Amino acid sequence: MNLRKILFASAALAALAGAAHAENLLKWGANRDIGSLDPYSYGDSFTINVLNHVYEGLVRYNRDLKIEPALATSWEILDDKITWRFKLREGVKFHNGNPFTADDVVASLTRVSDPASPLKGNLPAYVSSKVVDDHTVDITLNGTYPLLLNDLTNIHIFDKEWMTEHDALKPTDIGANVEGYATYNANGTGPFSVVSRQPDAKTVFARNPDWWDTPQHNLDGFELLPVNSAATRVAALLSGEISFTNDAPVQDLPRLEAAPNVNVLEGVDLRTVMVGFPFRDKLSTGADNPFGNVKVREALYKAIDLELIHKKVMRGKSRIAGATVAPAIPGYVPELDELPKYDPEAAKAMLAEAGVPEGLEFELNCLSDGLVNEEQFCQAIASMWARIGLKPKLDVAPRAVQTPKRTGGTTDIYILGWATLPMLDAYSPLLQIFHTKEGNSGVFNWGGWSFPELDKLVQAAGSELDTAKRLALETEALGIVKKEHIMVPLHQQPMAWAVTDAVSEMPLFPDNKPRLWFARMK
Amino acid sequence: MLAFLIKRTANAIFVMLAVAFLAFVIFRFFGDPVEMMVNEQATQADRAELRERLGLNDGFLTQYARFVTNAAQGDFGISYRNQQDVMVLLKERFPATFELVLVATVISLVVGIPLGVVTAVHRNSRLANMLQISSIIGISLPSFVVGIMLILLFSVSLGWLPAFGRGDTVNIGWWSTGLLTPSGRMALILPGIALSIFQITMVMRLVRAEMLETLRTDYVKFARARGIPAARVHWRHALRNCLMPVITLTGMQIGNLIAFALVTETVFQWPGMGMLFIQAVTFVDIPVMAAYLMLVSLIFVVLNTIVDFTYAWVDPRLRDDTARAGGANG
Repeated sequence: MNLRKILFASAALAALAGAAHAENLLKWGANRDIGSLDPYSYGDSFTINVLNHVYEGLVRYNRDLKIEPALATSWEILDDKITWRFKLREGVKFHNGNPFTADDVVASLTRVSDPASPLKGNLPAYVSSKVVDDHTVDITLNGTYPLLLNDLTNIHIFDKEWMTEHDALKPTDIGANVEGYATYNANGTGPFSVVSRQPDAKTVFARNPDWWDTPQHNLDGFELLPVNSAATRVAALLSGEISFTNDAPVQDLPRLEAAPNVNVLEGVDLRTVMVGFPFRDKLSTGADNPFGNVKVREALYKAIDLELIHKKVMRGKSRIAGATVAPAIPGYVPELDELPKYDPEAAKAMLAEAGVPEGLEFELNCLSDGLVNEEQFCQAIASMWARIGLKPKLDVAPRAVQTPKRTGGTTDIYILGWATLPMLDAYSPLLQIFHTKEGNSGVFNWGGWSFPELDKLVQAAGSELDTAKRLALETEALGIVKKEHIMVPLHQQPMAWAVTDAVSEMPLFPDNKPRLWFARMK
Repeated sequence: MLAFLIKRTANAIFVMLAVAFLAFVIFRFFGDPVEMMVNEQATQADRAELRERLGLNDGFLTQYARFVTNAAQGDFGISYRNQQDVMVLLKERFPATFELVLVATVISLVVGIPLGVVTAVHRNSRLANMLQISSIIGISLPSFVVGIMLILLFSVSLGWLPAFGRGDTVNIGWWSTGLLTPSGRMALILPGIALSIFQITMVMRLVRAEMLETLRTDYVKFARARGIPAARVHWRHALRNCLMPVITLTGMQIGNLIAFALVTETVFQWPGMGMLFIQAVTFVDIPVMAAYLMLVSLIFVVLNTIVDFTYAWVDPRLRDDTARAGGANG
């Protein structure tokens, strides 16, 4: 059995690693483990992020999160406007030595768009692909679509021969009750290869000496060591058992900063935290729903003291947001970022004017395992709304419990954080959240709103190949979101990584994804 | 005796079925696994389809019946999160938990028994009183607090022992053990102590009570009168007679330790079954949760059944249920 083989290999490697201790082995203490070695089996961005060290896409993000060529060297849109032709990099080899060709791209795209793949939503416009020659591939889409490159940054390329050999051409289908080879094994083209894996304990990666790109990192390898308990993670960092964590707990930052051997890397995440309103006729209590009225939404927005949440709940580490996307996201313009004036008196008057009854009861739905300090800022917002004469009922529970209530429309006001991942473009929230719920659009339109004018702009942006024109359309659509207060933004949440002094360089990315091929050790 | 055997076995099976039933009733309140499995860009239709494929739309009775039918054939399905056969997952994790429980049990006996003897022999001394008081603290401190304190002291301040993980392991067949490597042994110490704290105090108090009883018996007095050294009387003659209940209790507690190891495992990132279960709860990984609960209840049922059999074998009166019932009523 291959599992046993892996464990044996890991024991052998552990002995080896012990002997060669002087090497640059980075120990990454994550807050959880990856689900599998197969990025297409579980729709989880952390798993995809880690496996991006092993598997690569046709294009990738550089240090400034701009798209650059990776396994493809150039691309063009053919005359029919819906077919994209990619020229592939020559001389690239998979970790098992197989050459990278057009067949591999087609097989990988087929795999990720398989009906059983939980990731097929990451490639929404894909229809088919075909081999033109060994190093040229045509990808056909269902219409003109400007964001294919953004989508492709997250579509990892597998080796077709390897998949055929191990019967892994299809993603693992849990419904069919069969395990998949790619769950335990990996074979990509990336800067690191997988040496061994023990779930929930250790996954070992070694530097790929035959990587096609010139490495900027100086690692000989790294270990992914999940440490779920935050206190233990902090202790392991202080004692030097891990050299890096991408989740330094906010409450322990002062302690870590005071430690002589630890450096804290702080930044603001791209994730924008927003409040969503119900647009249905009735509230969950059965009472008439006043939140369909834009004046009522505005009143609730004015009653939130954003400054206080920033200072007290987020400890001054968040960025107060006026726009529903972060400044780094294409589509953002500073005019969208104008903040409301905190004015509970005016809010109260507006509620009275709109005929909202005093003491109106409604649910405020928050996650206990969601955003940074979500429970605390939800409590703060609930008490701020109580001050203007409303009776919000706080409902806090884990994501798995809350999501069915949100999608089923059995709750009222809710909190949602959106980082526009993996697309990194304002089109992502516009299509997924603000568009009317129909077909593939508005999946996260939990309030059930519909603004036809906004839908038209989003659809136009979704088929506009000229970037400047597309971004103008997106900005205009975001303007409607702001004017109508469809969802009101609170802040971009803080993020903190920490490294020990063994690590000399670890670029902090605002999408909160570590990219160790840029890391250096002393 | 045969009728007793059959009755006991039937009881055990009924308990397991009841546990599975309760588990499936509770799973409905855990939430929707599909929301944890797909990513943000999946459409509503994709989600509905996946839910249908996993059979999550069926009523819980149907799901329960399907689970029992498959489980009876040894098939517990594939984990939603790890995408692995659940039986393989549990088989992989069981050695880690069992080794931890074993070490905790050994620590609790090695530390608990001498402490119990000392507190019994020097009953009103200052040392005994101090030990009694600290044993109350040991019983009342939650094990995650003990774990974190141990980590802060031995890993962060002193740097002697690893804060998390299992170290290197060696495989003997499918069984993985950390006892054969230096790093594996080092890694066992802190979680072993954290898990054994409660057990130590229990063993200590049990030995103390038994010793006090034994020290009053005639043969101990005679032994003293004959001039046998006190240490020999206490540690050899008296202690031996106290050990029967300690052994029974320790055996029975193994089930408890396996079940409670999950807190210790979470604190120390110990890759055992408890860790697997906690993660399964976060991700609503129903196949893993169901299989884990079945396994733990099986351990409890087996331990209890063995004890029942042994008692029945030792004491014939227990074999006849009617007589016992009559006795109880009388």
